[in-house]
Amino acid sequence: MKTLRGQLSALLLLMLAGCAGNHQSALDPHGAQAYTIHHLFQLFFWVTLVIYVLVLLAVLYVIVRRRREEPAALVAEIPTAQSEKRSTVTVGALVVLTIVILFVLLVFDFSAGRTIAALRENSDVQIKITGHQWWWEATYEDPVAHQEMTTANEFHIPVGSVVRFDLESHDVIHSFWVPELHGKKDLIPGHPTSVWLKADKPGTYEGQCAEFCGAQHAHMRFLVIAEPRDKYNAWLDHARQPAPEPVFENEKHGKQVFMGSTCVMCHAIAGTSAGAGLGPDLTHVAGRLSLAAGTIPNNPGHLAGWIIDPQRIKPGVIMPQHNIPPKDLRDLLAYLETLK
Amino acid sequence: MKRLALVILVIAPIVISESCKREERAYRIQPPDAEVADAVPVTSFQVGPSTQAATMPSNPYENNAYALTEGQRLFNAMNCVGCHFHGGGGIGPPLMDSTWIYGGEPAQIFDTIIRGRPNGMPSFRNHLQDSQAWMIVAYVRSLSGNANPNAAPGRDDNMNGPIPPASIKKQPATQSSQPPSTVMPS
Amino acid sequence: MTVPQTTFGSPEALMRDADLAQLHETWSRPRGLWGWLVTTNHKDIAERYIVTAFIFFILAGILAVIMRIQLAVPENHFVGPDLYNQIFTVHGTTMMFLFAVPIMEAFALYLVPLMVGTRNVAFPRLNAFGYFTYLAGGLQLWGALLANTGPDTGWFAYVPLSGPAFAPGKRVDVWADMVTTTEISALVGAVEIIVTVFKQRAVGMSLNRIPVYVWAMVVTSFMIIFAMPAVMTASGFLPMDRMPHVNTHFFNPAEGGDALLYQHVFWFFGHPEVYIIFIPATGFVSTIITTFSRRPIFGYIPIILSLIATGFIGFGLWVHHMFATPVPNLGQSFFTAASMMIAIPAGVQIFCWIATLWGGKPVLKMPLVWVLGFIALFVLGGLTGIMLASIPIDLQVHDTYFVVAHFHYVLIGGAVFPLFGAVYYWFPKMTGRMMSEKLGLWHFWLFFIGFNMTFFPMHLLGLHGMTRRIYTYLPETGWGMLNHIASSGALFMGLGVLVFLYNALVSMRRGEVAGENPWGAATLEWTTTSPPPKYNYALLPTVRGRYPLWENFAQTPLVSGLSTDKREVLSTSILDAQPEHRYEIGTDSILPLLMGIVTGIFFVVLVFTPWIVPICAGGWFVVMAIWFWIGTGQPQEKHKAHEYHEPRSPGEPGLSLGSDANPSPQT
Repeated sequence: MKTLRGQLSALLLLMLAGCAGNHQSALDPHGAQAYTIHHLFQLFFWVTLVIYVLVLLAVLYVIVRRRREEPAALVAEIPTAQSEKRSTVTVGALVVLTIVILFVLLVFDFSAGRTIAALRENSDVQIKITGHQWWWEATYEDPVAHQEMTTANEFHIPVGSVVRFDLESHDVIHSFWVPELHGKKDLIPGHPTSVWLKADKPGTYEGQCAEFCGAQHAHMRFLVIAEPRDKYNAWLDHARQPAPEPVFENEKHGKQVFMGSTCVMCHAIAGTSAGAGLGPDLTHVAGRLSLAAGTIPNNPGHLAGWIIDPQRIKPGVIMPQHNIPPKDLRDLLAYLETLK
Repeated sequence: MKRLALVILVIAPIVISESCKREERAYRIQPPDAEVADAVPVTSFQVGPSTQAATMPSNPYENNAYALTEGQRLFNAMNCVGCHFHGGGGIGPPLMDSTWIYGGEPAQIFDTIIRGRPNGMPSFRNHLQDSQAWMIVAYVRSLSGNANPNAAPGRDDNMNGPIPPASIKKQPATQSSQPPSTVMPS
Repeated sequence: MTVPQTTFGSPEALMRDADLAQLHETWSRPRGLWGWLVTTNHKDIAERYIVTAFIFFILAGILAVIMRIQLAVPENHFVGPDLYNQIFTVHGTTMMFLFAVPIMEAFALYLVPLMVGTRNVAFPRLNAFGYFTYLAGGLQLWGALLANTGPDTGWFAYVPLSGPAFAPGKRVDVWADMVTTTEISALVGAVEIIVTVFKQRAVGMSLNRIPVYVWAMVVTSFMIIFAMPAVMTASGFLPMDRMPHVNTHFFNPAEGGDALLYQHVFWFFGHPEVYIIFIPATGFVSTIITTFSRRPIFGYIPIILSLIATGFIGFGLWVHHMFATPVPNLGQSFFTAASMMIAIPAGVQIFCWIATLWGGKPVLKMPLVWVLGFIALFVLGGLTGIMLASIPIDLQVHDTYFVVAHFHYVLIGGAVFPLFGAVYYWFPKMTGRMMSEKLGLWHFWLFFIGFNMTFFPMHLLGLHGMTRRIYTYLPETGWGMLNHIASSGALFMGLGVLVFLYNALVSMRRGEVAGENPWGAATLEWTTTSPPPKYNYALLPTVRGRYPLWENFAQTPLVSGLSTDKREVLSTSILDAQPEHRYEIGTDSILPLLMGIVTGIFFVVLVFTPWIVPICAGGWFVVMAIWFWIGTGQPQEKHKAHEYHEPRSPGEPGLSLGSDANPSPQT
């Protein structure tokens, strides 16, 4: 960004980025890989813009200087070899120039690819992402078995470190994409793969599934929350803890409602007998920013609506509608709110 | 020409409505009344002349492709396969034959799932929504070929094991078998 | 017995009235509906294709409007996810399989025999069958959509989402079977064009005198022959995986199959497919630029070589659709290089076109206006394509609206704009009347402005993270405003298309009468009447250069002596188009329709059961046995009376191209 051109282009593209107002813009990089891609994109953008403008100008010139007569009135002439010679030289030169420009772009492209590949360092943070229809499961891997932690849809990572995400799919093809950190990678059943991310600044980065995966592909979002290392460690320690026992009567009753209804058949809460893996892990659900894979904000009202009628919010999702009496629902919510 | 048009106009709505029902993705639903318990006989073996009502609630998901696939998913996820395997039976009785101890009608199977049965079939009341149970009912019936093959699931993406329901030949469901002890030795 | 000879001057004046009347009679089709069902005239069939393809274009456009309405505001409830998924799938499938390729083939089937100076395509009954198969596929897809069985897994239907485990019901089977059906018709068209161009060109039309458009169609046809079998493989394996009693495991990783295999096989077709759509459009552009610059195209040989290079390189690009998959990086890099390399022949063509305009006297009529729009839009789309060729950039914009913008710029800008230009250009030839220039300008500007309003913001949407195939989006994403602009633009595009329809329908009745050559163009089709007679040319033309009408056509010999009581064409050699023999081609017949019906039944019932395979095999056998038994409709004995023979010395009866001063008399 040291040159004026670099600053101008960054300004232009940032203006365009500002139009979005979200944290999901490839034009607003916050990670090492995304920066590299952004710089490459700027190069391609300006080169192709200049080429495009020149072509348009050439065509405009030809049209503006034309004579204005009926086609049949204008006699067609076969041009002489002499008059064609200048055109031949010009076109030949332009073709050579095209080849040269393409070659230069290719070299920069390969160079950027190598820069990104060089960022695949060994990392102490390895997260296994399993794509489901239509949510994201994450297991924070650890050599010590009981320290492995499973969560869903919101992943914390330490700022400034390379994090390796191991990607697998449970059902159909999904695609893991956090635009502000890196490009996307497909999760294909039978083809486990990895992607390395590195956030350079703390922040909450939004991601979305980028491969059509069925009815609710539109609502399969996730968050990557980058924090300073100490805050990340604190979060991880907390996330490894099982759910606390409920204290108040209504919370205890809420836990009974959870265990006695369909919830326990699909969801797991560490520290209880609920261990099913069909739906997202709920051990620390109250600490998340959103629900339903980034679709609705996490507050009691939305949570209640989601439990009673998920099909209204995400029609087609596997979670069924529920018919819970109001008191049970209130107690269930109270219990879920304790799962911070 | 007119006759051809007439034929098409008559056939088309039938084909379209059948196809619409088969392909409908009923995401938000109103299943039939869950309290079928008292209405469903589990055997036709009665004292004296037959007096019990013949009508039982029907399954709205019968022959709905989406419901059958969801039923398959639930059959695996709720661990029905743990006892019934993929219809072949093991700890539990087989589901792909024509013998139904407690009846093979949809409402009878629903009753079995929701209330449980003696000798090991657990009750899923409150642990499965009625809509989920009806979907499993539809899938279970497809294991004996009692579902429209156009709607029944094809092979799943696992190792080659059970015959996919769409390829199973139909086994008519007998309402129930007589308990062995009631059969007179010949 | 008539003997092939040369004559000069207006064909009608040179033929005896009785002969002309008999020629007319021989090439006419029976009256009424029966005639419509049995015709094998290439122009009739091409017109059918054009009308049907435009109907599909409008239907798919309506689906697009529905999508844009749904996406105009966040969290909209215009259509639900299930219907939206069916809509975008059917939109893409219709545009790619039922509109884009068939309309290009349709124009070729109409124009190529005229441009090369022959009377019909090489296999007329096969041509008729191709149309009926295409119609069956289209009806299958749209009938299914109306019955809630429209495919809903995308126009490329990736497994495992479209596999038996995750796509319940028959929707994907319908998709797979209609793809196979329509690709049969594409192969039919390709075969027709190749054989017609290679073996039925006018005498003297050596390879380097073939019009650029015809070259483009030959390249396209070869691409179709190599690419279509790949998609038919994919669309054959997929239903086999899904079908009861077949239950294969091609794409089941647990049993040794591979989900990526599907992507490779599909995109091996999918990338050449877009060049199959684009290369005919370049043929249109070359033709229109030639005519409206009032000079021959600059760089004929480089353009032909570019077409061929594009055809070859186009088969080496497919992995650029798969950069986000775990395909090894080194392999992917080859495809980056190839994807950039294909810009070179495209660039050559563009420079040649601009050089033609520069060195000529441009006349700004509607066809050229569309071509100028094409240049503005296609170059933009091509340049975003260069961006997409780079793997790091592609990993950010793959499967986002950036790609949607790119391919609409190259497909609409690069194919539909030249197509509209071609319609304005050849409408006078096909109907005998000119289209209105004023309405044409309205059409153009509404469509051009609407198009840019709709698709330019999508570049930004994609860069801001909006992924494809989502039926709605959250308000917090901030994508609302750009989506709203895009949806408004769709309205203008729709209006433009309505103006076009009005223009076409009204001009057909009340347009200004066009003569034989209203544009002063150079190629052979402008030498015959507008519309052309059933037999195209009463006396087949010969050529002595690339631009016959600009090179003293009145002094060029014509061929006479072909039978007037049988449908005969002149077969010539491949390289130099020297006459070889007279060839009788098929007459009108109901067999193509019967074959099309059997094929249609096959593919519709195949959705439900594999048992239709042996049943329809029997049906095909019966129809084809009758077809080949009949041959070209005449028993062999009658041919002997009209044998063609080479002249051994000047003056002896036979086909000879005499000099200007010495026309041989007719006997």
